[in-house]
Amino acid sequence: MQVQVNGEAMDLPAGATVTLLVEKMALAGKRLAVEVNEDIVPRSQHAEFALNNGDRVEVVHAIGGG
Amino acid sequence: MTDTPEIQLPEDKPLEIAGRIYQSRLLVGTGKYRDLTETGQAIEMSGADIVTVAVRRTNLGQNPDEPNLLDVISPDRYTILPNTAGCYTAKDAVRTCKLARELLDGRDLVKLEVLGEHKTLYPNMPETLVAAEELINDGFKVMVYCSDDPLLAMRLEEMGCIAIMPLGAPIGSGLGIQNRYNIRLIVENAKVPVLVDAGVGTASDATIAMELGCDGVLMNTAIAQAKDPVKMANAMRLAIEAGREAYLAGRMPKKLYASASSPLDGTFF
Repeated sequence: MQVQVNGEAMDLPAGATVTLLVEKMALAGKRLAVEVNEDIVPRSQHAEFALNNGDRVEVVHAIGGG
Repeated sequence: MTDTPEIQLPEDKPLEIAGRIYQSRLLVGTGKYRDLTETGQAIEMSGADIVTVAVRRTNLGQNPDEPNLLDVISPDRYTILPNTAGCYTAKDAVRTCKLARELLDGRDLVKLEVLGEHKTLYPNMPETLVAAEELINDGFKVMVYCSDDPLLAMRLEEMGCIAIMPLGAPIGSGLGIQNRYNIRLIVENAKVPVLVDAGVGTASDATIAMELGCDGVLMNTAIAQAKDPVKMANAMRLAIEAGREAYLAGRMPKKLYASASSPLDGTFF
């Protein structure tokens, strides 16, 4: 299946979870927040939250800003 | 008994934000530094307790070993104030705040800023009001970047914003406080902290904001884009303290003509 991650297409195995996606992005253990189709997916749910084909995922972190 | 007139000094209220007392009245941003080392050094020197950050997409191709901002500016030491910079609609601002809350383990203090247009980055107040309402209803503690309109400032306070943050001048312009009169009026009307956010260029600008009675100043570019940011961070720390002390001391009245400082009696000529 294909999902949009931060605006870019990414191929993932069917039923992939948010945790799998974060690992694939080499961001495991980093402080980040995830939104799927404009809804927050709390960190506690990353392991069981299964993504669907066509999902729009945002993975964000804190950067310098005023 | 002599009848001396009672001296009325401003009340020295500590800076309290969302139930916490802060020693430093200087709030700083983390953008536009050369690197994270400089960011950390400047912020340390500024003495700030509250530090703003932006929320952005992780870069897909980014080096995973690259240090994260929050490794340098630890949420255990600083109060992290996520902003909604770059948002031009209430919807985007609310989304950003929800992501920030998730990012910061449920901490609900946010700096709301909804911008109007690219050239001035002037606050879009209709969208700011919509976003503020939604965020407050969702339990956020909203510190709000706003225009220096005294009536809108009162409206934001009535809605439940916990700090009012009018701009002194456009973001990143370094022009200093452009309308002291309005800032003064906002301070006089407000029961929540008023912080000048944006427009400070150098130390004297920060002092002026504090002399007007502001509870604090939030700045980023003035420090980050100084030739020596760490030195400027120190200057800003001192400027905020000087301005606050001057405000509490109660300045002398301005006069049109001179008033000799040395006694006129006893001259030998």
